[in-house]
Amino acid sequence: MHLAYPAVLAALLFCVGLYGVLARRNAILVLMSVELMLNAVNLNLVAFDVWLRDALHAGQALTLFTIAIAAAEIGIGLAIVLMVYRNRGTSDVDRLRDTAEPAESGATPESTDEKAEAAA
Amino acid sequence: MILAAPPTHPGFLSPTGVEIAFLLVGLVTLGAAVVSVTTKQLVHAALWLVVALGGLAVEYLLLTAEFIAWVQVLIYVGSVVVLLLFGLMLTKAPIGRSPDADSGNRPVALAVAAAAAAALVWVVWDAFRKTWIELDGPAQGSTDVTGETLFRHWVLPFEALSVLLLAALVGAIVLSRKKPEGERD
Repeated sequence: MHLAYPAVLAALLFCVGLYGVLARRNAILVLMSVELMLNAVNLNLVAFDVWLRDALHAGQALTLFTIAIAAAEIGIGLAIVLMVYRNRGTSDVDRLRDTAEPAESGATPESTDEKAEAAA
Repeated sequence: MILAAPPTHPGFLSPTGVEIAFLLVGLVTLGAAVVSVTTKQLVHAALWLVVALGGLAVEYLLLTAEFIAWVQVLIYVGSVVVLLLFGLMLTKAPIGRSPDADSGNRPVALAVAAAAAAALVWVVWDAFRKTWIELDGPAQGSTDVTGETLFRHWVLPFEALSVLLLAALVGAIVLSRKKPEGERD
């Protein structure tokens, strides 16, 4: 098989995941896009491992490790998202602006409330 | 590259059956991934992600990495997507179309992704234009081979990984434990 097929597919999948991470608003959808990016890397690892016929099969072993780390990441990530949702009532990443610089026109009343609440 | 290809390789104009299958499954995978990151219905995004991940499992099979294909099916399709669906339900994601699924920086994201795709595809194509994978011979990712390499050469990383998984498990439990009333962190 031509090596360009898996390599190009992996590059395109990675870019689809990149778009999702940057464009999505819901934190869980961002996590889904991260999974797509990780899978693109896995495809690359497997393809290059099969191409190089590595005696240690480093690519496939690393793919298994990546899958396990992705499972750990999704567990922790979802726990964090759930906790944020329970505390804030939203899981939209662009509404969690507590650590952002205040805008030039002064902070909105909502964020002032949140700051007062956090300080209390 | 130097490893490449005895002169018998046919080139792009006469693809083999494996290549055609890889191409078709790849198109399905890519399409499902695109729908998954662009759809307005959050639950549908998770379900299209199943199609994309399953397509990738088929690609692993076509690359003769059988064990990884089944691990992909078990872990990604079986558990990660279920976790994501649970997360969507627990955060009370709307079932129907939600018009604010995409944030305001969508055009920027599109530009960045298109630029990255163009650059990566160009580089990869230029680098591996004349490289072929030999898929003949014994499967390189059968359970036999994978188990042997994993437990002969990769035991220490494997054990370290299990410690990491345990830590992640404990961390997830600690994070999602309900605090008693009156106590806030």
